[in-house]
Amino acid sequence: MSNRGTSVRGAGFVRKRAALTAGISIAALLLTGCVQSQREENTGAEGDSAVDSTFVFAASSDPKSLDPAFASDGESFRVSRQIFEGLIGVEPGTADPAPLLAESWETAEDGLSTVFQLKEGVTFHDGTPFNAEAVCFNFDRWYNWTGIQQAESTSYYYGSLFRGFADSPEKAIYESCEANGDNEVTINLAKPFAGFIPALSLPAFAMQSPTALEKYSADEIGGTSEAPSLSEYALGHPVGTGPFKFDSWDVGQQLEISIYDDYWGEKGQITKTIFRIIDDPQARRQALEAGDIDGYDLVAPADTQSLKDAGYNITPRDPFTILYLGMNQAVPELEDPKVREAIAHAIDKDALVAQTLPEGTKVATQFIPDVVDGYNEDVTTYDFDPARAKELLAEAGYPDGFEVTFNYPTNVSRPYMPTPEQVFTNLQAQLSDVGITVKPAPAAWSPDYLNQIQATPDHGLHLLGWTGDYNDTDNFIGVFFGQEKLEFGFDNPELFKALDDARAVSDRDEQTELYKEINEQIAEYNPAIPLAHPAPSLAFAKRVTSYPASPVNDEVFTEIELSE
Amino acid sequence: MLRVIGKRLALLVPTLFGLSILLFLWVRNLPGGPATALLGEKATPEAVARINELYGFDRPLITQYLTYMGKLLQGDFGVSINTGRPVLEEFATRFPATVELTIIALIFAVGVGVPLGYLAARHNGRLIDHGSVVLSLIGITVPVFFLAFILKYLFAIQWSLLPPDGRQDPRMDATHYTQFYVLDGVLTGEYDAAWDAFLHLILPGIALGTIPLAIIVRITRASVLEVQNADYVRTARAKGLRESTIRGSFILRNAMLPVVTTIGLQLGLLISGAVLTETVFAFNGIGRFLRDAIFGLDYPVLQGFIIFIAVLYALINLIVDLSYSVIDPRVRVQ
Repeated sequence: MSNRGTSVRGAGFVRKRAALTAGISIAALLLTGCVQSQREENTGAEGDSAVDSTFVFAASSDPKSLDPAFASDGESFRVSRQIFEGLIGVEPGTADPAPLLAESWETAEDGLSTVFQLKEGVTFHDGTPFNAEAVCFNFDRWYNWTGIQQAESTSYYYGSLFRGFADSPEKAIYESCEANGDNEVTINLAKPFAGFIPALSLPAFAMQSPTALEKYSADEIGGTSEAPSLSEYALGHPVGTGPFKFDSWDVGQQLEISIYDDYWGEKGQITKTIFRIIDDPQARRQALEAGDIDGYDLVAPADTQSLKDAGYNITPRDPFTILYLGMNQAVPELEDPKVREAIAHAIDKDALVAQTLPEGTKVATQFIPDVVDGYNEDVTTYDFDPARAKELLAEAGYPDGFEVTFNYPTNVSRPYMPTPEQVFTNLQAQLSDVGITVKPAPAAWSPDYLNQIQATPDHGLHLLGWTGDYNDTDNFIGVFFGQEKLEFGFDNPELFKALDDARAVSDRDEQTELYKEINEQIAEYNPAIPLAHPAPSLAFAKRVTSYPASPVNDEVFTEIELSE
Repeated sequence: MLRVIGKRLALLVPTLFGLSILLFLWVRNLPGGPATALLGEKATPEAVARINELYGFDRPLITQYLTYMGKLLQGDFGVSINTGRPVLEEFATRFPATVELTIIALIFAVGVGVPLGYLAARHNGRLIDHGSVVLSLIGITVPVFFLAFILKYLFAIQWSLLPPDGRQDPRMDATHYTQFYVLDGVLTGEYDAAWDAFLHLILPGIALGTIPLAIIVRITRASVLEVQNADYVRTARAKGLRESTIRGSFILRNAMLPVVTTIGLQLGLLISGAVLTETVFAFNGIGRFLRDAIFGLDYPVLQGFIIFIAVLYALINLIVDLSYSVIDPRVRVQ
């Protein structure tokens, strides 16, 4: 009985399914007829016919925003450096400012106004002319931001460098912008700002098309303050004057840009660039090995040699980073200058660099890399001298050493610290050689570790560092030692005042001298030990013969050279 | 039948309500908070306070919860903190990728698993039986990410047979409507794009399908072993029915019930397995997105995702329950 029942029902089921399949097929056929393929033929053979002019680069994440004024992360800037240009550029291979959209400039003696001569005949990708009016439009846009637009997570660079907005003019550094005809513009500042010119080389201050900014409501970032969202402009309509124009962004997948035919400068070999989003570092390496991508950034130190051996091109950047060992003075032992000096003498930086950091890394003597203004060649240093370290510990009342917590992050790779676990192990061994016993305190990078170091006094020795944004000394030492911080747990009014004063000096040379003195002052006070300036590297396929590596990541893809 | 479906769906409401409260409290009590995650090294106490104020993280929990629920009921899942886009939109672009991957993994697991389990049972105690037991043991014990890595290393890098990662060749320039890339390729007539998308699914599909495959082999084998010695099978044989009828309509059909249950349960596990597989293969699906949300403490995404998965899980279970009555008419859905 049951047999017949099932088979009858089964047959009905099969019929229904057959009908369904037929229906789907017909629907598919209809759709195929309606949907015209919008695909373009592959245009790889444009330009230099011997070379595949499509360049595929693996990015570690999506850009946070296509509007560089509302971005502060490296992947956003990597893309915006191709699409946009600022008034000021960067001298190739250095951190020094160079002319870009401004051909020349002159700052008044009081440092409060600068006159820029603009490059002529430049147009934005949407045809809008680049002129003095466009410059003022951008400056006024930044200055007039309100509410959520002012949040640190939104307009980090404008907020931290120009400090105030139109609704808080007493704090603001920017005052006004005047167009003197088409090709000359005057920017007036309310307070002197010696870093003004180099700051303008940041992608966050790139010139954007006023037409597009308005058309795609660039400043409309979300309805409520509770959950700001990106503007239409930042999601898919960035318009600049750069060599590449934006094509498409398939979130999580890839972003495409192609050469702007009316670009004023040299166009180079590449006509199209695809940024593929591959977040796993291992997967980026494998994609390179499989020939799927032409290059990627931040090569793991352990990978450099094997990639080199396999014939890939490894390009190191000049370091623009600092890795330091912080000493929290809220810990009684670390408050004693003798103990801090002992720790400094106990560390063999050369060994640390050779054993745990990538090739090209320089040993640090101070908290800024040597390309930054104010680098002091004659700064006080603490040579590796374990015997002296033990002596100092004995003088401080710890002849048998002491025990201290050592905080370090796990499972994270920063440009200044590719493998924190290895750095920790290395330092732990060095410290134990002079009798300092270390209590390991590992924590996940974000939010645990950062929170613990920056927002609580509950830490001892710790590893942290910084990657600079542009040639600005304050952007390094001002960030670390400019005010009383839980991270270091000390109050040194003299040092805070010196940094404050230096920041307010409008003459660059005068300021540089002050920073040299401050670097010496910090070295003597010894609140933390500068360990190294690690150098990040990029890896490329064999066909990439030259890449414009820049310490401040100012890398425009028109400069790339391809051999096939 | 409709009544049963209605009742089951109604039961979902209190479940989701309870879940939303638990979720909300759990997420808010994670250490650190999203402001620190957002700002990284640049987090000064003032900046953190300001972010908390802007995002409403400093308001009383009950206010935050009511705001959240009010929006949720209007279909507003909020905006992702990491990407600045609506959570629902983020799901809509990524979910098809994971569905595509899950379908391939399931086809692999069922297509290989059921026949293998059946053959193992039929040839009980022989080489194929022992082989399948060993294979399924290996399948269960090897971690997904390791298998994914090995597959990728051998087939994509060493032998260059299949693409190593992504959903489609970035130079393909294909047209996308539904975000199901294979389907898109077929619909637009870009068959090379469809084929390329399919090739990109093979390695992650196998990696993801291996654990379900191993489980399906074992369940099928055990179930067939049990059924093929049942009285009604012996009776059918005694009546002189054709062997193919006995195997198809008597043994396999009756043995399928536990297998279908397993497949339903595995579907849920496939989604969690996708987190690892999608990371290794840089596959832009919901799994990888969820991983980023966890690391970045992206509250709206985490909350939205878990509610979404709960609904999905409930629906899958409902479908599995309903399918019982199709396979075995004696089963009544109540």
